[in-house]
Amino acid sequence: MRNIFTGFGNYLILIRGTFARPEKAQMYWKEMFRQMHDIGIGSLSIIAIIATFIGAVTAVQFSYQLRSFSLVPMWWMGSIVRKSMILELAPTISALLLAGKVGSNIASELGSMRISEQIDAYEIMGVNTQGYLVGPKIMASLVVIPMLIILAVFLGIGGGMMAGILGKFFTPSEYIRGLQDNFAGYDVVVMLIKSFLFAFIISSISCYKGYTVSGGALEIGRASTQAVVISSIVIIVVNFITAFILL
Amino acid sequence: MIEIKNIRKNFGDHQVLKGVSSVFDDGKCNLIIGKSGSGKTVTLKCMVGLYSPDEGDIEYDGRSITQMSFNDRKDIRREIGMLFQGTALFDSLSVEENVRFPLDMFTNMTEAEKVDRVNFCLNRVNLVNTNKKYPGELSGGMKKRVGIARAIVLNPKYLFCDEPNSGLDPKTAIVIDHLIRELTQEYKMTTIINTHDMNSVMGIGDKVVFLHEGLKYWEGTKEEIMEITDGELFDFIFASDFLKDLRRNARVS
Ligand SMILES: Nc1ncnc2c1ncn2[C@@H]1O[C@H](COP(=O)(O)OP(=O)(O)OP(=O)(O)O)[C@@H](O)[C@H]1O
Ligand SMILES: [Mg+2]
Repeated sequence: MRNIFTGFGNYLILIRGTFARPEKAQMYWKEMFRQMHDIGIGSLSIIAIIATFIGAVTAVQFSYQLRSFSLVPMWWMGSIVRKSMILELAPTISALLLAGKVGSNIASELGSMRISEQIDAYEIMGVNTQGYLVGPKIMASLVVIPMLIILAVFLGIGGGMMAGILGKFFTPSEYIRGLQDNFAGYDVVVMLIKSFLFAFIISSISCYKGYTVSGGALEIGRASTQAVVISSIVIIVVNFITAFILL
Repeated sequence: MIEIKNIRKNFGDHQVLKGVSSVFDDGKCNLIIGKSGSGKTVTLKCMVGLYSPDEGDIEYDGRSITQMSFNDRKDIRREIGMLFQGTALFDSLSVEENVRFPLDMFTNMTEAEKVDRVNFCLNRVNLVNTNKKYPGELSGGMKKRVGIARAIVLNPKYLFCDEPNSGLDPKTAIVIDHLIRELTQEYKMTTIINTHDMNSVMGIGDKVVFLHEGLKYWEGTKEEIMEITDGELFDFIFASDFLKDLRRNARVS
């Protein structure tokens, strides 16, 4: 228990350290764009595949369940898929996926830099390593992860449409009618809030885990596993809390 | 000139440095020697501020870094170049980008000036046609040389080398030693080198500090070290029975 508190304290100190004034802003921008590229392009295909299939499965399952109630018109499906993708499936599933992919990547990158003394080498040069190594990763995640989640929403809705048409549950025009019906802008706000929170959780926890590795190469693997496990748990809990507060 | 005063460093219960003092002059190669685990790396890391000593003081030309503010310490770091025991090259950057990094981060040089400086430093360590390679593609000796090039790119006043020639063949080791000595004399740097290689001691040891179990056991020049006849340092220098016999026979005759 005490470890958790000291760990959390050190985590806060690390995060605070990232807000120091950059030695040279240009270098920080460059590093941030490099990270945006790594995180964004690197995760694009997996997010696209998963989101499309999640949307498809949602459409199929709801159609299957609702078909037995003849009272429910099938054009509702558009609205159901849209709402579940925006509010829950796109942000949460993408975040869990990215916690695995981006989180373990960041933690092992920083961990191996720590073990091989690259972080010390930056430090000796007079670089603020928390600012330069952690800051751009968090900033890049805050930009790119919400973009990936928005993409996931669109692909999920598209996947739902394809599946529904293939399974002859509804016609395209019915689905589109449902998509437009009763659209709540607030849902999008909730999604964006969640996306930024999740992006921060994934990047900051995995940076912390990687940056504070000590010992040998074995510790790098352990740190990246922990980064994934802890960020996933925090994501699920924060997801519940935001749902509770915002909905 | 760097002066260390009575530095102590513990890791938990383990007393690694038990009060080490010495003075290292500029334009000289100052060697810290000692067995594996004697505390050489810890001493070096205390000196550059990667570890903070539990007690004692470190002065860079009279500027004490233990009492210094964070920002002043950062300024001193720009005057420090360091070659790490494992080279610590940045994996994700090419040779050229590694050497260039300090210039990008800390200077306002133009592109052409940076390219010139990088090539000058790489030439200085006899590395040509490796600019675009990545650290993973280099041999151990090449990595060390890139590490040295990166350490000297900002014209440091203080150069620290942690075992610059460990893991190298004897010939390459001598080349690296001489390179460090030339650079030291040329730029009047205060150079501090950790080593357990007696070749280095005899080759470039302007001043030698022998650490034993966290204490300074002996210090002197490479000439004086040959006068040692017994004790820990004697065992260290003449580690093999073959050398000990050779030495005894030499003294008898
Ligand atoms: N970060 C650390 N935490 C705990 N103990 C450490 C740490 N760094 C070094 N030590 C201990 O300090 C002692 C001296 O280590 P140091 O690395 O200075 O040896 P060295 O003289 O450089 O040896 P080598 O020639 O093998 O590099 C060792 O017993 C080591 O276990
Ligand atoms: Mg060492």
